[in-house]
Amino acid sequence: MSLRRTAATAWRVLRQLRRDPRTLALMMLVPLVLMALLRYMFNDDRSVFDRIAPELIGLFPFVLMFVVTSVAMLRERSSGTLERLLATPVAKLDILIGYALAFAATALVQVGLVLALVLGPLQVTVRGSLLLIVVFAVLDALLGAGLGLCFSALARTEFQAVQLMPALVFPQALLCGLFVPRSAMIPPLQGLANALPLTYAVDGITRAASSTAFGTELLKDLLVVLLCWPLALLVGALTLRRRTP
Amino acid sequence: MIIQHLMNYAVEVRGLTVVRGGRAVVEGVDLVVPAGTLVGLLGPSGAGKTTLMRAMVGVQRISAGSVTVVGHPAGSPGARPLVGYVTQAPAVYGDLTVRENLAYFASILGVSGTRVGAAIREVSLEGRAEDRVGNLSGGEVSRVSLATALLASPPLLILDEPTVGLDPLLREDLWSLFARLAAEGTTVLVSSHAMDEARRCQRLVLLRAGRVVADEAPTALLRRTGASDLDRAFLQVVRQLEQPG
Repeated sequence: MSLRRTAATAWRVLRQLRRDPRTLALMMLVPLVLMALLRYMFNDDRSVFDRIAPELIGLFPFVLMFVVTSVAMLRERSSGTLERLLATPVAKLDILIGYALAFAATALVQVGLVLALVLGPLQVTVRGSLLLIVVFAVLDALLGAGLGLCFSALARTEFQAVQLMPALVFPQALLCGLFVPRSAMIPPLQGLANALPLTYAVDGITRAASSTAFGTELLKDLLVVLLCWPLALLVGALTLRRRTP
Repeated sequence: MIIQHLMNYAVEVRGLTVVRGGRAVVEGVDLVVPAGTLVGLLGPSGAGKTTLMRAMVGVQRISAGSVTVVGHPAGSPGARPLVGYVTQAPAVYGDLTVRENLAYFASILGVSGTRVGAAIREVSLEGRAEDRVGNLSGGEVSRVSLATALLASPPLLILDEPTVGLDPLLREDLWSLFARLAAEGTTVLVSSHAMDEARRCQRLVLLRAGRVVADEAPTALLRRTGASDLDRAFLQVVRQLEQPG
């Protein structure tokens, strides 16, 4: 591991992102549009949007970073640049953490925009800690990026990479408690939900939004997300093979 | 004594076999490349040139045998900083400029920024340094890829078809560069399927169906086969091999 190589990789990824204004615009604007859409879908009953807004603030960066990283990593593999990098003294984690840092910075901007919209024009009042919401949202983005890096190894083509999203992210989003409270699910599904990292990511941001108290449940959510992220990166590192058939 | 002996070879391949898709792509290859020589690896498409080169870089999973480069097992952490590798498909970032690509790889390789300009000059791309690689012609992109390998001035350069698609003048320039690098002590291994280029090499290794069929100086090969050019010499060698008895 080397700070210089990690930082150089993060800069390089950010620079590439900047060269692709369309992707950047989609990353920043799509969550805003969806948020506004949901707000007016539940126009008659404000309490619904007030409840789901924090969950969505956690969910959007997770989903988006998952997609962006899995495609970016696939590009790196198929263009041969990954093989070239792995033939240099670079450590695999230099590459992965470089990617993660670049996407975390992007996620921070995205979360800031979504929060500004939700707290401003959409007039959602947050009783909890704004700082904790931002922390969780960025951690959710990192988790999404980590899982994207790790599962991109499963995809050989861009079609497959895009399909990973419905395959791996949708079930987590459906079970995390956004649509149906987890306590109302049948026990096997509850068990499954408890085994999925997004459950804790969304749970944590909901708790952070509802109260300023920092209880054990919130701590548990934070720890699970904090542990899943490096785990995903390590598994991701294992999928980067210096030697290929 | 033994160490001395090993160090005089930039590449030492012993009994190398690579099986891919149930077929031996490289079969029982023995090959030594003395340090500071310009060696051409020739043979038709599918002869195993790329696979053999990948094995030397240490990115190829091998079935049997051993590959040592500059005194280290191929692909080991000790070997990686000493080998510059240029793949057939140029492995550079299309959305970055020439200079940005090289600056990134310079920080990965830990070489000073002044090498970036020098490497650009070595491949005659001064005029395109600030252009995005995606906007360059195929020949220019492959020179960017070559410049990347030159950055760290490694003692061993492994170049897979670096002159494909270049105009004759540029090809001549590159071969002069390779000859100069070899004269300065770098070992340069260049693969090509164009026999006429090969006369610039001090030694030729002819590969056919995964086996080495000739390994000698161009002049010696011409003398032995009595052929008027290297294309005919190669044919001669293959015919001799295929004669029964």
